[in-house]
Amino acid sequence: MTARKSTVLITAIVLAASLAGASLTVRRLDHLRAGATAEEALYVPSPKILRRMTLGYNGLLADIYWTRAVQYFGVHHYVRSRRYKLLEPLLDITTTLDPHLVVAYEFGAVFLAQKPPEGAGDPDAAVRLVERGVRENPSEWRLYYNLGFIHYFERHDYSAAADAFERGSRVPGALSWMKVMAAQMSQHAGNLQTARFLWSSLYETTDNDDIRVNAAKHLRALQVDEEVSVLEKLVTGFHERTGRWPANWAEMVAGGYLRGVPLDPTRRPYQLTPGGRVLVQVPEDLPFITKGLVEEPSQQQPSESK
Amino acid sequence: MNRISAVAFNTFREAVRDHVLYNLIFFALLLVGAALLFGQISIGIQRIVLVNLGLTAISVFGVVIAIFIGIGLVSKEMEKKTLYTILSRPVRRWEFIVGKFGGLAWTLVVNTLCMAIGFFAALLLLARHFERADSWLVVAIYFIILEFVVVTALALLFSTFSSPVLSAVMALALFVIGTFAEDLRAFAAMSHGATRVFATLAAYVVPNFASLNVISSVAHGQPIAASLILYNTVYSMFYAAAALCGAILVFEYRNLK
Amino acid sequence: MPAIETFALEKSYSIGFWRKRRVAGLKPLNLSVEAGEVFGYLGPNGAGKTTTLKLLMGLIFPSGGSARILGMEIADPRMKSLIGFLPEQPYFYDYLTAAELLEYYAQLSGVPGRERTRRVEQMLARVGMSQSARTQLRKLSKGMLQRVGIAQAILHDPKVVFLDEPMSGLDPLGRREVRDLIQTLKDEGKTVFFSTHILSDAEALCDRVAILHRGELRGVGAVDELTARTQSRIEILFHGLEGITLLSALGAECHATGETVQAIIAESRQDEALDALRRQGARLISLTPVRATLEDYFIERLGEKTGKVEVAR
Repeated sequence: MTARKSTVLITAIVLAASLAGASLTVRRLDHLRAGATAEEALYVPSPKILRRMTLGYNGLLADIYWTRAVQYFGVHHYVRSRRYKLLEPLLDITTTLDPHLVVAYEFGAVFLAQKPPEGAGDPDAAVRLVERGVRENPSEWRLYYNLGFIHYFERHDYSAAADAFERGSRVPGALSWMKVMAAQMSQHAGNLQTARFLWSSLYETTDNDDIRVNAAKHLRALQVDEEVSVLEKLVTGFHERTGRWPANWAEMVAGGYLRGVPLDPTRRPYQLTPGGRVLVQVPEDLPFITKGLVEEPSQQQPSESK
Repeated sequence: MNRISAVAFNTFREAVRDHVLYNLIFFALLLVGAALLFGQISIGIQRIVLVNLGLTAISVFGVVIAIFIGIGLVSKEMEKKTLYTILSRPVRRWEFIVGKFGGLAWTLVVNTLCMAIGFFAALLLLARHFERADSWLVVAIYFIILEFVVVTALALLFSTFSSPVLSAVMALALFVIGTFAEDLRAFAAMSHGATRVFATLAAYVVPNFASLNVISSVAHGQPIAASLILYNTVYSMFYAAAALCGAILVFEYRNLK
Repeated sequence: MPAIETFALEKSYSIGFWRKRRVAGLKPLNLSVEAGEVFGYLGPNGAGKTTTLKLLMGLIFPSGGSARILGMEIADPRMKSLIGFLPEQPYFYDYLTAAELLEYYAQLSGVPGRERTRRVEQMLARVGMSQSARTQLRKLSKGMLQRVGIAQAILHDPKVVFLDEPMSGLDPLGRREVRDLIQTLKDEGKTVFFSTHILSDAEALCDRVAILHRGELRGVGAVDELTARTQSRIEILFHGLEGITLLSALGAECHATGETVQAIIAESRQDEALDALRRQGARLISLTPVRATLEDYFIERLGEKTGKVEVAR
């Protein structure tokens, strides 16, 4: 083999080995840095300074921070973390760099407001974020919708929710149901149909996968709540007719109240308690349900509508 | 080995005679200017600002030198035909490439050491004494040198087949992209189909500068994990080796003008 | 064993935007140069002389064929320590001084450390550069750079020396010096291969020459044998300017000084010319054969169609 051929061969082998080595090492490095400190992830804590530093290339940097926010949430959500410390700062920086990145406001509306482990549990921060979005994007009626969302579901402040929907309905181009929603807030606060409507419209109109998945979970939870209510009514009916509580679902089927054993959306049968309550077998798999739990969550009294 | 070190020494000599080391004067001026401004800032964050400014300057100056000399390492010799009397001698083409790399890397190390001395002098002037946390500054500077090694190897690779202007553009672009390499990998993880394949490929081929930049960490006096030092070193060696091999392969087949 | 051998060595280039057209830089070349010879590689500009040298030095790669120097393949790095090369122009690092350049090159050529400084000083003295040894090359004149070039070509005591147009751009004194150097190298037993388009230099120095035209070898051989094959010519001196037209018609070159005319004409037409002059009544002064020069051979070879290669041993 000529000198040149052997040089080329050795060099090619070393090249392939080095690339492989580099790629493997990068994976280790990413792993190491996944636990990066707040300083590093944000690089510059103050959004205003960052904006000035970026030499005008705000849009690109906003996209990068948006990606980091989504990534950050995804990682924490996966490990069922209870703290999402950096989510607000990341979204804050993203929207400071690019105030017109509407999806970031929507993301914050959903995931900043919801309770852990599904979100950061800070509805006030969510409201602050979306209010800024509304200020910077007055023609985006959807942001009012997001705002109403937070007031309705997480802060249970139905008058604020009604107000948000009302403001949004006045924006040119807003869909007509915004006005309807404003009215609903006032009159039928706490209504299952309202909740269902809000979540399905979010499910249908959002571009973001995470939000869509979340909306689906909510819709499923609403379905469970409804099913549990209906089942408990039927069981109560059985009790009134027979004077005793049914021992199992088979009796309900025999009595003509049901066609078969009722299954929840995870395909597990609902459980019947001796006292006539219907429970969900594995509540951890059905986030957001308010019925069918061993301990009913404390019901917040809806505020009086104006 | 003798031939490689001869080429390396000559490359170093060329950089020096090209007045590259005069950039140290600008660096010194920068530090002096910063010191004058310090009177305006509260004492608590003076150290933070000095470290951020000093290390960023060392990094930026060095990367600029690495790129602007690196892109000419081979292309200039081909343009000026100085290779005629070099390659007609027993020096192998791959030895030439390795020597060129070594010379520029060595120039950057010397440059960085001079800057480091100035930087630590400024730090001493400010804080009156060194703390334990200052030892991490040395690690940060070591990482910056690793950055230079990677950039130099890449610039050299481009130099073997591309004109200076195009090489400069590519090298700068790769440097910027490499700074966001982790985000690129995140982008890739979020995409689907063919885009995902290409994005993932790109995300691993691009140099990973994100993990080499610990400036803001050491500015706050935070320690650096030994494992990070190890993996960064290993990564930079692998990556630079890959780029050098690429350069050698290209150069092995190039017909001189 | 020949010092330099080529076996159908060729180089062609793909040109044009789509790299479709092929242009021949050097057509398949078979050449052989013996050890100790001074070999002239002749041809007009663009003939392919520098291309051949670049192929032999390993600066460019052949499209076909191969070559050997001192029995080793041209890609063999060991061979490189036994050869020296002077390129057409002084392509050197202009930020170095002559001494630094030679020191660096000596290191690359494998001259051991202790030897180096001594050898460098020796070379500088030999080419008359001792005075300017510490001046940066960018400040030196062309003639001085050429001397540095020669120094770097021979400083490691090579067995074969390759010179690309060594006399170009030099004044007569410089050219004389280079000629003397080539002679000295020959006396030292080295093989010298040099390209040039100045034929008088080749004539004086070379044992053998080769002529290249448009990438193709047209003739190879010892100078006197080649010129012997050229058509001989005669010089006719006569009185009578009227004869000029007649003889020019026969293809003669005529120069008139006063009444006397010098006409140089092919020997084969000698009788016709003499007849014409007698009929004119011109007075014949002398008739002398003219020695064919290499230039004549050169022009003759260049004028021919391709394909025929004259080889004279």
